[in-house]
Formats: sequence, structure tokens, C-alpha cells
Amino acid sequence: MTDHDLETPFKTKLETKDYSLYYGKFKALNEISIKIPEKQVTALIGPSGCGKSTFLRTFNRMNDLIPGVSVTGSALMDGMDIFGLDVVNLRQNVGMVFQKPNPFPKSIFDNVAYGPRVNGLRDRERIHEIVERSLRGAALWDEVKDDLNKSGLALSGGQQQRLCIARALAVQPTVILMDEPAASLDPIATLRIEELIHRLAENYTIVIVTHNMQQAGRVSDYTAFFYTDETRTGQLVEFDRTHVIFTRPKDPRTEQYITGRFG
Amino acid sequence: MAQVSSSLKSENDAMRLRRADNLKARKLNQNIWYVLLWIGSLVTVAILLAVIGYVMAEGLKVVNWEFLTTPPRGGLSGEGGISTTIVTTLYLVGLTLVFATPLGLGAAIFLVEYAGDQSINNKFIAGLIQFAHFGVETLAGIPSIIFGLFGYALFVSTLSLGWSLLSASLAGACLILPTIIRTTEEALLTVPRDLRQGSLALGATKWQTLTKVVLPAAMPGIVTGVILSVGRIISETAVFFVTLGGSYRMPTSIMDSGRTMALHLYYLAMDTRAFDKAMGTAAILIITIIIINLVIDQISRRLTRGVRGMQ
Ligand SMILES: Nc1ncnc2c1ncn2[C@@H]1O[C@H](COP(=O)(O)OP(=O)(O)O)[C@@H](O)[C@H]1O
Ligand SMILES: [Mg+2]
Repeated sequence: MTDHDLETPFKTKLETKDYSLYYGKFKALNEISIKIPEKQVTALIGPSGCGKSTFLRTFNRMNDLIPGVSVTGSALMDGMDIFGLDVVNLRQNVGMVFQKPNPFPKSIFDNVAYGPRVNGLRDRERIHEIVERSLRGAALWDEVKDDLNKSGLALSGGQQQRLCIARALAVQPTVILMDEPAASLDPIATLRIEELIHRLAENYTIVIVTHNMQQAGRVSDYTAFFYTDETRTGQLVEFDRTHVIFTRPKDPRTEQYITGRFG
Repeated sequence: MAQVSSSLKSENDAMRLRRADNLKARKLNQNIWYVLLWIGSLVTVAILLAVIGYVMAEGLKVVNWEFLTTPPRGGLSGEGGISTTIVTTLYLVGLTLVFATPLGLGAAIFLVEYAGDQSINNKFIAGLIQFAHFGVETLAGIPSIIFGLFGYALFVSTLSLGWSLLSASLAGACLILPTIIRTTEEALLTVPRDLRQGSLALGATKWQTLTKVVLPAAMPGIVTGVILSVGRIISETAVFFVTLGGSYRMPTSIMDSGRTMALHLYYLAMDTRAFDKAMGTAAILIITIIIINLVIDQISRRLTRGVRGMQ
């Protein structure tokens, strides 16, 4: 798939080369090569089951938790082999936001302080600072600053998702992975998340899986189109600037998908 | 034409009528069942209240400060109070939990959090887990006197621990281990995967995830298991009959023999004519169980502040 090896004008943050992934014997991803640019929003789109989530989980090695997963090819962050890095270190660098908001059954404060604390930070003042900065960064501070001791579960769905983003920001990552972060939210909450993603892209490299074409169009700078056929093995069909993918895709499968024949 | 439509109409009416009848019948049927269910639950509650009320009414007649603070005098008369049996009961509950809780929690955590993952690819570990589950299920259904016999054979005689708080609490631990393991396992399994993943994705280790996220979230379920176990120890007689001895003196070490409230009640009822004292002991027994439940419930609320999505 080297013909999709698009060179962006930006520094490459994340990269895979001929990267394949197997769940046991089942090949879920076939030789994916891509260069994901730094401090840009890259959307992964494609029909369900084509391996978007699987591919996303490569970058913080959440696939390690699934028994029987094996990979070939390489995955790099800042040019370094992701599988050679210390996994705890990697995950501090690469935050993740999940499809369903999953705040811990703890207070808002403790949710955000969780990451710094498990990474060994004890200084209470520093923790306070980080919590405030992260909640501001996730555009949640104004709504919760007066009840930081309230349970994170007491927030609305959209607020919970922003809390999870704040929680990820608190460990000061450089990359944020988002797997359909707005899939369970109402349109207004979705819009707020999208605005937030825009803002975050100034400082973070963001990779977002989305089912929603309009959303990909609205939030992303680059779009990668994944596809799968009867073999159920996912492949990268096309990767380009989002407006190119949406207006003049090179591959007919991309065009068909964009114009709504699939998914 | 007009005739046809009118006959149709009347047929419709008839159907509507029948449906209405039918509706009435169904409603009646439903109401009968409601009433029966109501009576059922009322009877249940009434029986419960009758038992507790009777024991309390009879028992509290003899309960006074002296009854609570003097030891039994022994002998056939059943004279004296129950002070030492209250203390022995509390000692025994505490000591049993000291043995059973870490073991039970450890076993459940291992089975769910560690062996569970490995069993997917390892047939041997999968078999081992199945066997462990089978063992736990079986143990949970065994009559308690068998734990008593086992405790007697192993702790009292083979290990020469004698009739003592130590032997009794070890045997008691065997008795409640299945309960603690089962309830803890269930509690751990109900903690959503999303929470674990969220923690790991923040760079937490598996151990941190377990202690800081999974266990607190599972705490209400775990505490339920502990409360059930405490109740079981307080009300158990068969096991302690053969492992604790029956001394009504105040135990001064864990090697001392002793008598729990339930055992004392048993002695009073079987060997003496002090039926009133037996009732008094029963009343205190019930009150103790209620108090311990409340205390443990409070502790768990503290531990799990925020878990339920409210302050
Ligand atoms: N834990 C897993 N074990 C086995 N197969 C999996 C697992 N997760 C996903 N798959 C399979 O891998 C393929 C890609 O899944 P996924 O990455 O979730 O796709 P997407 O996110 O694009 O919908 C699917 O065929 C799915 O069934
Ligand atoms: Mg997915």
C-alpha cells in the first residue's frame, strides 16, 4: 500500500510501515502504511468492522491486553519503535478517549488527578494546578469548578466525555486517540466536543475514529479511508487532506463510501 | 346494503363487547394475583416480625445492665449474665475475618483478574479455574458440622491447637471462605471493562488499576459478602461446638476456649431450665447482628463515596 504513503508538509508524529495485525489466525489489518502529521487532526473513517479501532489501539498498545494478538511490520512514534518503548511511558504520551464516556466512580477532582497520581505525583499544589489546567483545557472548568468533589458519574454524558478528555490531558500527552468520542452523545454535546477537538489540535496530535462523515469533514485536517471486503481484513484505501478525500478522492471505493453507498 | 352494514355494525359491537368482557376478566385475573402476592408478602413480613417481636418481647424482660455485664455462672440453673459470650463472639468474628478476608479476596482476585486472562489461551489454567469454581460451589453447600469435624480433626487434634479461639476461627474461616470468594468474584466481574481500560490507558499498571479503580468499584459487593459472613459466624453453632469448647470464662488469649452467644443460647436451651435467659441472649444476638450490619454498611459507604454517582 505504499502508493498511499502521502508526504504531508508537517513533521510525522505517528507512522506505520507494512503494519499487519492478527487476532489469533484472523488477519484484521493488512499492511497499513501511513504517516500521521503532528498537531493535526487525522480522521479514520470506513465501514464498521474494517479495523479502525484496532488500528487506533496500536498507538497506545491497548491491543497488548487482548490475548492472541500478533503484529508484523512496524509502528513508530517520533521515529521510535512503539513496541520497543516502555508501555506505561507510551500511554502517558498517548492518551485515549473511548466511545462510551468512562469516568471512574470517583469525584471529578480525583478523576482528573488519577493519571498524575498513578505516575507518582504527590505534591498537592501541583496536582491542583494540573486538575484546573486540564479541566480548562477540556472546556469543563466553568461548569464544575464549584463542585469538584461531586462524583464524575453525576455529570451529563457530554460533560462526562469532556471529563475523560481532561483526565487524558492531565498526564500531559502529545497524542490523543479518540474512538468515536461523540457516538453516544446528543447533537449539542457532540458539537461542543468537536469545537474542543479543534482547539486541542493546536497543541496535540489527534487521531479520531468516526462513523460520521460530516463529523470527519468538520473536525479533521487529514482523513484515512479504511475498507474491507469479504475477507474481513481491513486495509487502508486512501489517505489525504480531508477536503481532497471529500471532493476528489482517487479511489472509486472512497468515492462510493463518501457519497453514501456504504455505511 | 344498509342491512349488511347494520349487521356488520352489530357484529362489531358484539366483538367490542366481548373484548370488553375479556378485558374485565383479565383485569379481575390480574387483581386476584396482585392480592395473592400482597398476602404472600404480608404473611412473610408478619412471620418475620412475629419471630423477632416474640424474641425481643420475651428476651428484653431479662435484659438489663447486669445481664450484659456479668459472666454466666454456669451449672444447670443457667444463672448469671452473658458478658463473656458477647466478648467471645466479637473476638471470634474479628479473628475469623482476619483469616478469611485476605485469603478469600486474594483467591477471588486471582481467579477473576489474573487466571481469567490466562485461561483464554491456556487449557490447563482454564481447567484449574473450573475446578476451583466447582470446589467453591460444593463447599458452599456443605452442612456446617462437616467443617466442624474437619476443624476438629485438623486444628484441634492434629495441630494440637486444642479447643480455642484459634481453632474455632480457622474452622470458621473455612466455613465462610466460599461465601467471600463467590461474592467477591461476582463483584469484580460486574466492574465494567471500560473502567479498567480507562485506567490502563492513563499509564496505570495492572496492580494500580486493581487497587485504585477495580476494588473500590467492587467494594459494595465485597462488603455484602463480608456482612453475610459475619452473620454466619455469629449464628453458627455446629462448627464452634466442636472447635471452641464451651468455657464461659473470659478468653484472655487466642489459645483459650470460649463460648459465643449462639453457643450459650444452645447450652441454655438444651441443658438448663433458664428459658428466659435463653430468650434474653437471643434478643442480644439479634441486636448484635443488626448493629454489625449497620456499622459495616457505614464503613462501606465511606469507602465507596462517589461510587453510586452521588455525594
Ligand atoms: N478483541 C478482538 N478479538 C477478535 N477479533 C476482534 C477483536 N476486536 C475486533 N475484532 C475484529 O477485528 C475486525 C476489526 O474490528 P474493529 O477494529 O473493531 O473495527 P471498526 O472499529 O472499524 O468497526 C472485526 O472483524 C472484528 O470482529
Ligand atoms: Mg470501532
